[in-house]
Amino acid sequence: MKILVPVKRVIDYNVKVRVNSDNTNVDLNNTKMAMNPFCEIAVEEAIRLKEAGNATEVVVVSIGDKAVHEQLRTALALGADRAIHIDAAQNLDSLHVAKLLAKLVEQEQPELTILGKQAIDSDNNQTGQMLAALLGQGQGTFASKVELNDGKVLVTREVDGGLQTVGLALPAVVTTDLRLNEPRYATLPNIMKAKRKPLETISADSLGVDLTPRVTLLKVEEPSKREAGVIVEDVAELVSKLKTEAKVI
Amino acid sequence: MALLVIAEHENGVLKPDTAKAVAAALKVGNDIHVLVAAANVDPIAQSAAQIDGVSKVVTFTDEGCEQHLAESLSDVVLSIANNYSHIFASATTTGKNFMPRVAALLDKSQISDIIDVVSADTFKRPIYAGNAIATVQSNEELKLITVRSSAFDASGEQSACEISSLEHNVNNTVSHFVSAEVTESERPELTAAPVIISGGRGMQNGDNFALLNGIADKLGAAIGASRAAVDAGFVPNDMQVGQTGKIVAPDLYIAVGISGAIQHLAGMKDSKVIVAINKDPDAAIFQVADYGLVADLFDVLPELEAAL
Ligand SMILES: Cc1cc2nc3c(=O)[nH]c(=O)nc-3n(C[C@H](O)[C@H](O)[C@H](O)COP(=O)(O)OP(=O)(O)OC[C@H]3O[C@@H](n4cnc5c(N)ncnc54)[C@H](O)[C@@H]3O)c2cc1C
Ligand SMILES: Nc1ncnc2c1ncn2[C@@H]1O[C@H](COP(=O)(O)O)[C@@H](O)[C@H]1O
Repeated sequence: MKILVPVKRVIDYNVKVRVNSDNTNVDLNNTKMAMNPFCEIAVEEAIRLKEAGNATEVVVVSIGDKAVHEQLRTALALGADRAIHIDAAQNLDSLHVAKLLAKLVEQEQPELTILGKQAIDSDNNQTGQMLAALLGQGQGTFASKVELNDGKVLVTREVDGGLQTVGLALPAVVTTDLRLNEPRYATLPNIMKAKRKPLETISADSLGVDLTPRVTLLKVEEPSKREAGVIVEDVAELVSKLKTEAKVI
Repeated sequence: MALLVIAEHENGVLKPDTAKAVAAALKVGNDIHVLVAAANVDPIAQSAAQIDGVSKVVTFTDEGCEQHLAESLSDVVLSIANNYSHIFASATTTGKNFMPRVAALLDKSQISDIIDVVSADTFKRPIYAGNAIATVQSNEELKLITVRSSAFDASGEQSACEISSLEHNVNNTVSHFVSAEVTESERPELTAAPVIISGGRGMQNGDNFALLNGIADKLGAAIGASRAAVDAGFVPNDMQVGQTGKIVAPDLYIAVGISGAIQHLAGMKDSKVIVAINKDPDAAIFQVADYGLVADLFDVLPELEAAL
């Protein structure tokens, strides 16, 4: 069984972004970039399924400019077998990403596609669901547990009220939540080995998807700032301020 | 053209998120329909019909929709989607799950998690964990939008509008419900509570979360947590507040033993009043707190409970 894992190159999660001076976007010049943390979890899950003998091949794919090779190499160092770079503009609409991925799924025929639940830059939380829809497959989103059995996959999902388990016919789409696993680190020998693993680039054009934007970004602004308040001496002062000044208790 | 809002419900009860999504829809137009897709639609539909601004409630009875299965729910929404100019859902785990599926099936892009409506096609939404606010314009004829509940005041009440039912055969052969593990709590829900007290890694273990109980009882508060507290197994996942957990904006948010990582702040920094209790005077949480108390939480939580 083959598993496909789409990974996105995003700003490192520790970095606080700044809005650029003309308010057209955020400023990503000289910013530390990394694999989206939810995609790391997706890669880890795929590798574990392979290590457990449930999968035979893990293919990773990233859509963007050439810089995404860095994240693809990371995924290869972590244990993915093969990487595909779909050469396209960075930050397409999720719908377009999903359409490109759907074309790739048609070619590669994976039985499971595991994505992150959300990219921490756009915070869209859309791509996996859209991909499942385009493929007519079931979707196990926000997964904290994935179990393959009998041509089916059981996915335990983190939902607002607690946990929900759904059963999906294979092939299916899964998106990862934080508790699914704890990703490993790449070791130096594996980083070296990854350099020799296959990484193929294909152009987005060759997949025949119309990538005309459907959403226009008009403006990007700083959120309203919160001023730091006061440090209180003790509990008595805190309670009194909450009662008489803030009037919230 | 009318606008459609998908009702958010659990166990036959309409959730407060729906009246907030209606409030967002009212900023676009005033012919608002609400779709209630559930097993026991009547009590939910009755409540939805009384949300101010709703002109019609459409019900659909289905077990898969009761379980919030995205494959079922999207199939129903799809069957009526073309009657509307906009479809709104709450940015809950249900809305986040089915709405992009509807969007892709309609070949439309979606705008997630809006915090403001600028005009019928232009919306504001946070990006990068709320460190920037984007104004985006949808060029789609049918706009699909999820609404951040904490950013909208619920629409008020009206005398009930018309309720009608929908006939449709759900086509879902790919997914089925297996089981649910629902966290039972007598406390108000995190996303609806006027007061929240949250614990972080500083709580040290799950048992210590009991130190928050007495305070929560006295304040009528919900109890939340940071990711670190959830990951460590102190408390269940549904208590996580943050960029990738629940987004809250109560009147009062008390952060206890939480450092204030950007991902946590993303989920609570729009609270009206923030209190932080942390023994590290340099903790980032103090930069957003209206009232900071630099202290050991194990000393001050019992004192706080007694003082209330
Ligand atoms: C993709 C991604 C998504 C994330 N999503 C979220 C999210 O949704 N929500 C979220 O919360 N985090 C999220 N995080 C994690 C976030 O980056 C932080 O790791 C997390 O918020 C830290 O939790 P914490 O503040 O409880 O723990 P820590 O950072 O370890 O802080 C513990 C604090 O407790 C204080 N303390 C310890 N003992 C005491 C004591 N006795 N008395 C008083 N104070 C004490 C310490 O001084 C410290 O400040 C996410 C991270 C990633 C990568
Ligand atoms: N450019 C991209 N290349 C590869 N995968 C992507 C890309 N954009 C999004 N994804 C996948 O979709 C997931 C969710 O992204 P989003 O829906 O944009 O929040 C990510 O975690 C990735 O797995």
